[in-house]
Amino acid sequence: MTEVAQSGVARREAEAVAPPQGVGPLQKREARLAWTMLAPTFLIVALIVALPLVANFWISAKPIQLADLRAPEATINERVSGEAVAAGETFRVTYTLRNSSPNLPVRGAAFTDTLPEGVDLAVDDERCVLSGRNLTCTFGNLDPRGRERLRFEATALTDISNVEALLEGTAAVAQGRGENALTSLSFTGENFRKVFNATEFWDVLWTSILYTVFGTGGALILGLFAALLLDQAFRGRAFLRGLFLFPYVAPVIAVAYTWVTLLDPNSGALNAILMQIGATEGPINFLGQRAAGEISLFGLTVEFPLALTTVIIFEAWRYFPLSFLFILARMQSINTDMYEAAEIDGATPFQQFWHLSLPQLATILAILFLLRFIWTFNKFDDIFLLTGGAAGTRTLTVNVYEQAIALSNIGAGAAVAVVVFFVLLAFALVFFRFSPKED
Amino acid sequence: MAALTQTGGYGLRSGLAVAALAGLSFGLVFMIVVGVTLALVTGLPARPPVGAAALAGLAAALFITFTPVERRSNRTRSYAASIMFLVLVIFSLGQVFGLPLSEGSIWQLIGLAVFVGVTVQSIWLCVGDAPAGTVRRYDFEKLVIRVLKGQGYIFFTVFVVLPFYVMVMTSFKSQAELLANPLDFSIDLGKANLFASYIELFTRFNFGTYILNSAFVSVCTVLVTLLIAVPGAYAVARLRFRGRDAFARSILLIYMVPAIVLVLPLYAVFSQLELRNTILGLLIVYPATTIPVALYMLQGYFRGLPAEMEEAGLMDGLTRIGVIIKITLPLSLPALASVGLYVFMIAWNEFLFAFMFLDDPAIFTLPRGVASLNSSELPRELMMGGAVIATVPIMAIFLWLERFMVQGLSAGAVKG
Repeated sequence: MTEVAQSGVARREAEAVAPPQGVGPLQKREARLAWTMLAPTFLIVALIVALPLVANFWISAKPIQLADLRAPEATINERVSGEAVAAGETFRVTYTLRNSSPNLPVRGAAFTDTLPEGVDLAVDDERCVLSGRNLTCTFGNLDPRGRERLRFEATALTDISNVEALLEGTAAVAQGRGENALTSLSFTGENFRKVFNATEFWDVLWTSILYTVFGTGGALILGLFAALLLDQAFRGRAFLRGLFLFPYVAPVIAVAYTWVTLLDPNSGALNAILMQIGATEGPINFLGQRAAGEISLFGLTVEFPLALTTVIIFEAWRYFPLSFLFILARMQSINTDMYEAAEIDGATPFQQFWHLSLPQLATILAILFLLRFIWTFNKFDDIFLLTGGAAGTRTLTVNVYEQAIALSNIGAGAAVAVVVFFVLLAFALVFFRFSPKED
Repeated sequence: MAALTQTGGYGLRSGLAVAALAGLSFGLVFMIVVGVTLALVTGLPARPPVGAAALAGLAAALFITFTPVERRSNRTRSYAASIMFLVLVIFSLGQVFGLPLSEGSIWQLIGLAVFVGVTVQSIWLCVGDAPAGTVRRYDFEKLVIRVLKGQGYIFFTVFVVLPFYVMVMTSFKSQAELLANPLDFSIDLGKANLFASYIELFTRFNFGTYILNSAFVSVCTVLVTLLIAVPGAYAVARLRFRGRDAFARSILLIYMVPAIVLVLPLYAVFSQLELRNTILGLLIVYPATTIPVALYMLQGYFRGLPAEMEEAGLMDGLTRIGVIIKITLPLSLPALASVGLYVFMIAWNEFLFAFMFLDDPAIFTLPRGVASLNSSELPRELMMGGAVIATVPIMAIFLWLERFMVQGLSAGAVKG
């Protein structure tokens, strides 16, 4: 307020920016309180959502394998040959220093050991120094998976009953660490090159799109039909409504594994039912067979993607309850006067549905389609649990897992995740462009 | 609604056509449903004669339609049932479920009674008041819709129930029994080791611990989520600050970020911070994924509450925090229950992070535990037993608190 009062120019600027009532101390306090109350949300979202999103870009540009997540370290192993040794006899002591990381070097690799009393060690390696009873060996860099082995001859000064216990009683200590693969500054474009050059990439993208479009559409249409069934009151409606929500409320892993059991070609009930009523000759491997039969359309022959279709049917089965709930809620809020007027004018039931109900439902259907479209595109669990991405069902999200965990290349997985992110961003822009402005 | 009136002779748009459709389709569908149910429940190798059943349905439907509307009564329905029975027996050569009558006779009789009963009743409900001849387009569509709705109820019920039925029943069978006859889901109540797979799950696989872990993680997630989302939602709903609208809109954006994009960086960082294989790690990630949804749902509810009561509270000397605790929260208990249940469901069912983060069987949640049963060395019934154990608690909560759950689902249903 005070600086606003200082000059007219500033006042006009403030009026242009601030809401009409101005920014008084009360409003300032209110705003401060609001931000305090929102701070925990901001913090956790920033840490667990925003930061990983950025980190994904970082990782996707790095040559990083799953095994590199543990920073490389040098490890030392000390071995002694022989057991009981008389005074004056010699025995061998072997030190092995190794770098367990398959990809990253260890710098400043070294180890120290303390020799027990009664043992003399002949140090004949220029990398090692024996001062007093302390043995120190320095190696500098150790290559990935590299190892240095030193063998010394030791002489017993007195009778020793168990040299192994004596020498290993003083544990050797290794030094040297490699750089952390996550925070290092080495970058590469290899991950993206690999992702885009792979012949399967376009297949994966196409599968993703098919899965998303048909999965969303299927769930929406099933939801619409289910809502039509339960629109009018009748006995048992509440029961059916609860029943129709089961697929969504049950844990995804439980229902996905149930479908795997149900569709199993050898011991699955569905194949048995189909064979029993004579619908098929032999068992069908619904989730393991890439293609079944061919469809000819305008001279183009397309193979019918069996496993993908099964996965899409599962998606529709599991998520129709959501569209059903939304559509039912909208249907119940439509004014019945309209239908009464239509009845009097002699509109038939199908005409009423087509010309009255559908236009009323158009908005909710469009919103549901856009939101579900994005969420179906994001789906990972369902396909992963049903097929693991086999038999032509690998979508982009399953490919993230495949690259990062199954093939142990986190960098490549993150590169696919970046692709997922950009495709989504495109969807989100479309969504906000077309979403209705009201709340 | 006015009675259905005949407007002309027989044609495509006649009661007869609808009756034929109803008879054929209900006969066919109910024979499959009843026949398969019979096979599933009794283990008999039933081969439902669908053709004969469709014909039987057709005959019954035609009989009803050809009886003049004003002379139809309960007796008509009984005659129709008898006709259906006769046609079915004749055309299936006496084997109404494709079985010799000597096999499981009682079950076959029950199945037959159920089949004839529900089929005739369905046909009666559809065309019981329909004249045989051509009807007005309005009435014709009304009749067709009745048939379609009937088929719809059957389709959806079977489609939803079948997997759950298979889940429960498989858990009671043994692998050998399943391979011998995949359709035999009959339960031998006298069997000593009916619950063998459950006993094994609770003794050898620590499913008791998994239930406790899942319950702990889910309850903590709900508490943390509400603790953080309630003040945030209140601020967005009631307090004025710059950027409020932009914020309210961008909350939606956050829950469009896919988990699979977040999981790799979190996996990498949590590995290095040694948070990966811990319950604490899950308790950091789960609220982060649920807070935006909860905040969005709650702010919508808070906006709907009358502001006057809060203003009165402020006048009477309460602080904002006091207003929230003493006025807003008691008024929003239903909303808190809905949101809490919805968050509980998300946390209970969450698979991806549990699967990626947890290696130590002592801290497995249920979904992670069920995932560990997916091995070719373990029999199927263990996996299904695990699935049942993971499903039953959330289903029980759902059925118990369905009203709140449905509200929560409809408010947050865009996610999932």
